[in-house]
Amino acid sequence: MVDRPISDYQFERFLEKEKLMGARCTACGTLFVPPRAICTQCHGSAMEWVETKGEGKLAAFTCIAIGPPAMIEEGYNRNNPYCTGAVELAEGPRVVARIEGVDTLRPETIKIGMPLKVAFLRRGTGEDLRIVLGFTPVDDCCG
Amino acid sequence: MNKKRKLGRGVAMVGAGMSKFDMFTDRDSKDLFAEAFLQMGDSVDKGLDPNDIDALYIGNFTNDFFAHQSHWGAILSDSLGLIPKPATRVEGACASSALAFREGVFAIASGFYDVVLVGGVEDMSKGNTETVAEGLALAASPYERKAGFTFPGIFAAIATAYFEKYGASREDLMNITIKSHDNAPLNPKAQYQVTIREMMGAKIKRAKEKGGAVPDWSDEKDFLRDPIANPTIAWPLHLFDCCPISDGAACILLVGEEIAKHFTDEPLYVAGIGQASGRGLNAADDLTYFEATRSAAKEAYQMSGLTPADIQFAEVHDCFSIVELLHMEDLGFFEPGESYKAVADGLTRLDGPKPINTSGGLKCKGHPVGATGAAQLIEVWEQLRNKAGNRGVPIEGLRIGAAHNLGGTGGTCTFTILERR
Ligand SMILES: [Zn+2]
Repeated sequence: MVDRPISDYQFERFLEKEKLMGARCTACGTLFVPPRAICTQCHGSAMEWVETKGEGKLAAFTCIAIGPPAMIEEGYNRNNPYCTGAVELAEGPRVVARIEGVDTLRPETIKIGMPLKVAFLRRGTGEDLRIVLGFTPVDDCCG
Repeated sequence: MNKKRKLGRGVAMVGAGMSKFDMFTDRDSKDLFAEAFLQMGDSVDKGLDPNDIDALYIGNFTNDFFAHQSHWGAILSDSLGLIPKPATRVEGACASSALAFREGVFAIASGFYDVVLVGGVEDMSKGNTETVAEGLALAASPYERKAGFTFPGIFAAIATAYFEKYGASREDLMNITIKSHDNAPLNPKAQYQVTIREMMGAKIKRAKEKGGAVPDWSDEKDFLRDPIANPTIAWPLHLFDCCPISDGAACILLVGEEIAKHFTDEPLYVAGIGQASGRGLNAADDLTYFEATRSAAKEAYQMSGLTPADIQFAEVHDCFSIVELLHMEDLGFFEPGESYKAVADGLTRLDGPKPINTSGGLKCKGHPVGATGAAQLIEVWEQLRNKAGNRGVPIEGLRIGAAHNLGGTGGTCTFTILERR
């Protein structure tokens, strides 16, 4: 597992195994989620895979009424908006992800800073099955 | 890293022209760029012989996607009758033609060319709204796209972070929209030629004629709060926070400083020019400012020796209302967290001490993405040469103006300061 190349492709394979993985620079310790092959801090390229706890808090969000074709296919529209946002992980990095389990018709109830837990969203079936990175409020989560 | 940069040779702007911005069913990029080119030629006070043009730099975001036609440098050059002049297409999403302008400046500053045509064009309106949205999203990061972000969605998320940090609200964004709509009818090239009040009046009149329920909006903000009149696009952004889909072209003539007077007695000079790159939502330093804008501004200020207070008016990239707020802070016009108060106090209105987006901005002038950066500089040109008519900035001795252009979701930013000497 730790031998996998540092790439977005492998990041997604980890998501399929329900693991939110990052790459840590072995020279300076900076963690990147999603992974980066080259460290933005020290330009080192010796990276190692690290599993995150999958916990964080909401840093920014939006409830989208007019989505792209892929989201319309998932059934989202003006009367059923979806939430997507930026989540600051407990380990520090910020990731962008779908936010599930919130009231998208009452976005004022969604609060920046609210604690979130990772959710691996299964979309599509058969060959089209893919895992989308998501987060849900800790309170609503089954734990 | 903090080297003070300067041009190897001064560069002057001596001509400018742009098409009307609108959604055209019967005209494509070639037609629009030709219109801008001809107007640019007419604007050169002492005349332009097209044979004297050494090279072209043309900004275009994604004609490949919108119109299934690529290689827009040489093909447009041909349509202007400028073969065999070298033509280069420049792409930096919504900042494409500000980058084309910059490439033209460098080509002259290097001494290689003397007379360079720069500009940009985009033909976006032929597809449906979903297609246009998909095209624009090509400039977002792959992570943002996978998370379902749309272009408005990214800036909406930035708005939530800014609101949370500084206590601003949707009401503050409305002030931007109202201001842009007040300025646009004074600009004959603008896509929208109506103020919010006029729009409200027209809707009320229509409702009365139809005999239906007549809206009773008390003022412009009341209208903008109406979810029927102003529906949510990506909360907290609504329809009137977003720029329209537009077609248009803009064209500028740059020459070496020492030959500028051969073309006009009133050239403008490039005083400062900055460009920087930034990261997406997942990696940016902070979600309440644009790191690339700050870097680009710093470069332009250092080069020019000017400060934010010296900029008498500016065009500031406002693809969405929230973006104008953040950028005015990034450019140093107001302290972080203060710009929404400045807008509420009217400081950025046409008659205020720091007029912003006198053209109507992207919101109302229109945003044909590849043409926008050059068109912003053309507004500065018209203002500094007293050609802006009723939207002329009423500041005595107008001498210095600037344009700020953003590409993608903050990945490319430019800041260009023009000066009349
Ligand atoms: Zn490092």
